[in-house]
Amino acid sequence: MPADHYKEFALRTLRLAACALMFAGGQAAWAAGQTASDPGLAPTVAADLALEADVMELSHKLRCLVCQNQSIAESNAPLAVDLRDQVREQLAAGNSKQDVIDYVVARYGDFVLYQPPFRASTAVLWVGPALLLFGGAGWLAWRLRRRQEEVAADHGLSAAERERARALLAGADEAAPKSESPESRS
Amino acid sequence: MKAKFLVPLLLFFALAAFLGFGLTLNPREVPSPLIGKPAPEFTLARLDQPEQRFALEEMRGEVWLLNVWASWCVACREEHPVLVRMAQQKLVPIVGLNYKEVRGDGALNVRGMALDTETDLAIQRARRWLTDHGDPYVLSVLDIDGRVGIDFGVYGVPETFLIDREGKIRYKHIGPITPEVLKQVLLPKIEEVRRAG
Repeated sequence: MPADHYKEFALRTLRLAACALMFAGGQAAWAAGQTASDPGLAPTVAADLALEADVMELSHKLRCLVCQNQSIAESNAPLAVDLRDQVREQLAAGNSKQDVIDYVVARYGDFVLYQPPFRASTAVLWVGPALLLFGGAGWLAWRLRRRQEEVAADHGLSAAERERARALLAGADEAAPKSESPESRS
Repeated sequence: MKAKFLVPLLLFFALAAFLGFGLTLNPREVPSPLIGKPAPEFTLARLDQPEQRFALEEMRGEVWLLNVWASWCVACREEHPVLVRMAQQKLVPIVGLNYKEVRGDGALNVRGMALDTETDLAIQRARRWLTDHGDPYVLSVLDIDGRVGIDFGVYGVPETFLIDREGKIRYKHIGPITPEVLKQVLLPKIEEVRRAG
């Protein structure tokens, strides 16, 4: 049953994703531990590792406006460092993750979010790819069906053509029309 | 119907038109969500009299510019003569927000520097810069740690905010004010805001 297949496939994908996440989480914790233990390298890292993990999680969701294709977690631009400090400070003060995101968005706009909210202005962004995919698939299906119908509707040859084809298959050369085209001569 | 072979070509032209339009946009200019909203409140030490503080309300009732600058900012050098000329012609009052004067300078290592030392150094550097290049500002304030800059959504110096009589941000210009920008964008905007009351 294909449904079982899909289920198994989905489960396997999920399991893989979970593994990858755990690995990434471990890495992040390890990295945080590394830097936290060396204050000379990174003086702005919070002592609390759980807090630092939250800071990193949020920082990965926020785009740096100076180097626009990096998150503020990845960028070393001074603004990114400032914003990371802000995130850390606010989380340490007990603000929720959503509060911190709202704080940054209020100042820098939706552009800082790698996952922008669904709005009228971002609808094309969210819906566009799906529309293109299904539109394309629909068009392809329509074309294929039409071609099949064309082939089916084309019952083939007229009686004369059929006769000639039979003659050709039987190997009777004289059935071919006398042609002076170069192909027939060669 | 026979022109079917033209379809890919037309699709190509449509795509090229979109991409061509994209080339005319500047991805660095991120629209500020603060436009039309009250400017963030702040009080900061003044550059000329550091023991005094300047608050946003002091400019209430005026249409004015808040210009974010720093002596380490290269593009500020480009716009500064324009600001000085604007001040000479008394076009509009300009308040300077001196942004991370010391710690923003990549050439300096300020790790572990005491805040007092940093403030003194910032005052010294900023004053010298204004002496050398001219001072177009009604006054400048010191944003040592860039916190007020973040409240204003500053991400690249220079930036300039046009603030109306009620203290609302009406326009933001990112990057240096060139004579063209002044004439074609900023002055008309200032006029518009003044007329609006």
